[in-house]
Order: sequence, then C-alpha cells, then structure tokens
Amino acid sequence: MDLILQGIAKAFTLLIHGDPEVIEVTLLSLVVSLAATAVSLFIGIIFGTVIGLARFPGRQFLVSLINTGMGSPPVVVGLIVSVLLWRSGPLGLLSLMYTPYAIVIAQCTISLPIITGFTMASIQQVDPRLRLQILALGASRWQYLWILVKDTRLPLLAAVMAGFGSVISEVGAAMMVGGNIDGQTRVLTTAIVQEVGKGDFGLAIALGIILMALVYLVNLALTIIQQRSKPR
Amino acid sequence: MTTDMPDTIPALEAGDISVVLGGHKVLDIQSLQVRPNEVLVVMGPNGSGKTTLLLCLALLLKPASGTLSYGGVPVLDTKQILELRRRSAVVFQDPLLLNNTVWENVTLGLRLRKVKSDESRARAQEWLERFGIAHLARRQARLLSGGEAKRVSLARAFALQPEILFLDEPFNALDSPTRQALLEDFQSVLRETKVTTVMVTHERNEALVLADRVAVIISGSISQIGTPEEIFSRPADEKVAGFVECENILNGIIVTKQDELVGIAIGNNVIEVVSDCRIPERVSVCIRPEVVTLSNYKSFSSARNCFTGVITRIVPSGALSRVEIDCGFPLVALITKRSADEMGLENGKTVYANFKATAVHVIKR
Repeated sequence: MDLILQGIAKAFTLLIHGDPEVIEVTLLSLVVSLAATAVSLFIGIIFGTVIGLARFPGRQFLVSLINTGMGSPPVVVGLIVSVLLWRSGPLGLLSLMYTPYAIVIAQCTISLPIITGFTMASIQQVDPRLRLQILALGASRWQYLWILVKDTRLPLLAAVMAGFGSVISEVGAAMMVGGNIDGQTRVLTTAIVQEVGKGDFGLAIALGIILMALVYLVNLALTIIQQRSKPR
Repeated sequence: MTTDMPDTIPALEAGDISVVLGGHKVLDIQSLQVRPNEVLVVMGPNGSGKTTLLLCLALLLKPASGTLSYGGVPVLDTKQILELRRRSAVVFQDPLLLNNTVWENVTLGLRLRKVKSDESRARAQEWLERFGIAHLARRQARLLSGGEAKRVSLARAFALQPEILFLDEPFNALDSPTRQALLEDFQSVLRETKVTTVMVTHERNEALVLADRVAVIISGSISQIGTPEEIFSRPADEKVAGFVECENILNGIIVTKQDELVGIAIGNNVIEVVSDCRIPERVSVCIRPEVVTLSNYKSFSSARNCFTGVITRIVPSGALSRVEIDCGFPLVALITKRSADEMGLENGKTVYANFKATAVHVIKR
C-alpha cells in the first residue's frame, strides 16, 4: 500500500514541477504517434476507398488480409520492421534502426490496416444510389472519390480514433525498433516498462497518468467533432 | 400526328438500346426520341425497365449495345459522357442528399461544374426560394422531412439549369397532400423553364398533368408512345390497356357491320361500337369505368349500348364508388358516391348500364 501511495505522490510532484525527462518522453510519444496516424490516414483512406469501390480478382483475399492486419500483434510488426531495417537487412542502408523514424514506420504498419479497414467499411456503407446521384451531378472520377470520403467523414473519425489509440498505447514494436534509448527513442510506453522493471513506480505512474490523459484528450476532441455534426 | 418524325433535331435519341442483367435482356428499345422542350413521361408496371431506361438515357448505365445521341451528336467516349452529365440533371425517387447543409447540397453540382461562386450563390438562392425552402438553407439536409428533402433535391437539379432533366418517380414516397403541393409547384416550374424532361412514373395522374407525350414500357420494350389522350383512350394493345387501368377489357368477335358501326358479340350480348374492324375479326373491347353510366330505369339516352345487370359488389374509394355489375359479362362502372347513394345502389339490385358507341376502344387481336 505504501508503495502505491508513494508512487502517486511522486507522480504528482513530477507532473506539477514539469520534470524535463517526463516532458521529453511525452512529446516524443505524441509526435511519433501523430505522425504515424497521419501517414497511415493518408495512405489508408486512399487504399480503403479504392478497395471499397473497385472490383478486381483477388479482392476478397486482400480484404481478408486487411482484416487480419487490423488485429496484428505489435510485437510481430516490430519483428518484421526490425528484420527489414536491420543493418544487414534489405533497408539496412537507410540506417533507420533505433531512430524515431523506425518507430513511425512500425506504428504506421500497425495503424494502416485499421484505417484502411474502417475506410473500406464506411465507403461500402454508402447507398449505391447516392453514388449514382453524385455521378449524375457531374462529378469527375476524382471529385466523386473526394465527395464520398467527405460524406463518410464521421465513420472516418472512428478510424482516426482507433488508429491513434492503437499506436500511442503499443509497446512491443516501439521497444523493438526504437530500442528505448534515453533522449532519443524513449516513448511513454517503453519508459513505463523500463521504470516498472527498475521498481521506480512513481515515474511509471506519472507516465501512465499522462498516457491515459493523452488518449482521453484526443478521443474527447474527436468525439466532440463527431457528435456536433452527427446527422441524427 | 404526334408520332410523326419531328422536323427539329431530337434533344435525345436512343437506337437499339439493350441492357442485359444476369443473362436476361431487361431492356430492348428499338427507337426513342425526346424532342426539345417536351415532357416525356415513361410509364410502365413495376419491373418493366423504366428506371433502367432512364439510367441509360442519363448516361449512368452503359447499355450492352445500342446508340445514344444528344442533340444529334452520338455519345462515344468517357470524356464526352462527363461533359453531357454536366449538362443534364437527375432526380431520383429518394432525395439522396449528402450529409451536409441544404445550401451545400444545392450548390454541390454547381461547384463540380466550376460555376463562378457569385453565380452559383444566386442560382442556389433563386431555386431554394422557388421551391419555398430558402429558410432551410442552413439546416442539416439529412434531418429534413421527406417533402422538404424532395424539394431540396429538385432545387439542386434546377439550379444546374440542365438542358435535359431526368426524374425517376420523384413524387413516389410522399404522402398525398405533400405530393399534391409539390406536384403543383413542379408543374409550374416545368412550364416556366420549358426544360426538356424525361420522367418515369407509374402514376397516371402525373402523366395526365405533366406529359406532352407518354411512352408505355412493358417487359423492357416500348409498347406505345403518344399523347396522354391517345394512350389512355386508345391503348395500342391489351397489355397497355391493362396497365392504363382500362378496367373493362372484354374479348369478342365482330358480328355485324353497318358503315363505321360494328356489333361485337361478347357471350350472348352484342356491344355496338364505332370501329373500322371487319366481320369476323377477333377483338378486345376496352371500356373505361368512367364512361359507364348507371340508372334505375331503362333510359332513353342517346347511348347505343344499354344492358341490364345485377350489382355484385360496390367498392367505395374516396368520393367515388366502383360498382361491379354482372350483365352476362362483367362490367365495372365508376360513379360518384353521392349518386350511388341517391340511386340506392346495393348488392343484388338490378340496374341499367349505358355507354356510348364512341366511348369504346377496340383493339384487334
């Protein structure tokens, strides 16, 4: 019991005084996960829209791959990205291993199937007659896709929440490809793992509170947008 | 004759259009012309291919074969299709509004066509006002009632100032008063803009009120095309007659002929009709229920046909009563409820049914 109370007390001291290490770790976490979400959002919306609308051989197989990817374990993703970025690996020349970029790549790989899957599902839910109406209004191919994506923006917000939530809170891939290097690739989750390992519960709890607060704030913001423009 | 070739170039012309779905030929149109500034109403039973035809004409469905020309220019490539779609407008049965404000919806087509924002604003405002929904401009489109949403979709179409307007059963899902009000507004807008219009419906009233010409499509092909009067009073064949609710369709054979007046034997009765048929041609006789009058006494009216019959059923429908009579052949009369009450009509009562020789339409079989 003492351990927990001391931990919480220390956490508040660290938070109130704005401990530089805590701030650094928090900022890196935010930057890396937002970047990963943004990149996979950009690619995922395009992929999801195309796969949602197009009919081609092997489509069903591709969809099943995406659905599997939506639940892929971050540790396995970390493993694959590590193999690719390893000094002697296919992308070893880029020297990205143990850099924040490596974490962005790994987290992108985790959130891309999630955002692609959500986009695909929401695009497919659009009434086929509405699609016809958009074409009838004189939309070119690109205008058509753009209108569809805009019209499904509410379900797409769910994709953003799910994507960001999955990457900010994953630890396996960030640990493996980032290496939890102090001042370079240490993010909230890897730091928590390390502090708990060391028995420094105060710092771990402080970081845990920040992580929860971040996830909550981002989702709160998206929820406000979603509910404000909800049609019903 | 209205079915003659027009002198002007048709606004839209289809030749040998066929659409195949799941190995079935669902549409087979040999030739169809839409004349500039006319309102062509396409009617037909459910599943007859009306909507499929409309989609083909509006370049939203590629037919398996056939040609389409807009203003005499054949439609060939995809680029042309986009340009032509931007010169027409389509209103579907459902309003199909985007999840946005009314204003955004009405201006969307204009923005896609890159109409300048001043002009686009003016046009959207004009048509929102014209359809009486300017006060809804800032509202979320998907929160509107059915009638309001329909008005938005019509305003959206007219704001585009289309050269051809396509409508697919636009008033179908509305309740009766809403429908009536909107139909009146729509009718005056059509008269004012004189936009070339192709409209699909199965409502006979809409055709009578709006159409310059009516095309009846049955089982994927056009059975008859002509003015509403031609279609409703002189259906080309039994199927059209059945569809346009010519309720009394009797099969008979010509037995007498005196100039234009022929006698048609239907069972043991003979109906006198004005027709150019000869003895002994087999014919179908169409008698619209509205032309049959009933009386309690054998009247001395000028009607050539008078039959004694027994009422088998009376079905009230609004201000009218549909009276079924057995005259040796079944006959349906449509009379006002008030006169039915005044005459004391009831099941089993004997009445006299009259109709003129000129009110009967004869179809050769």
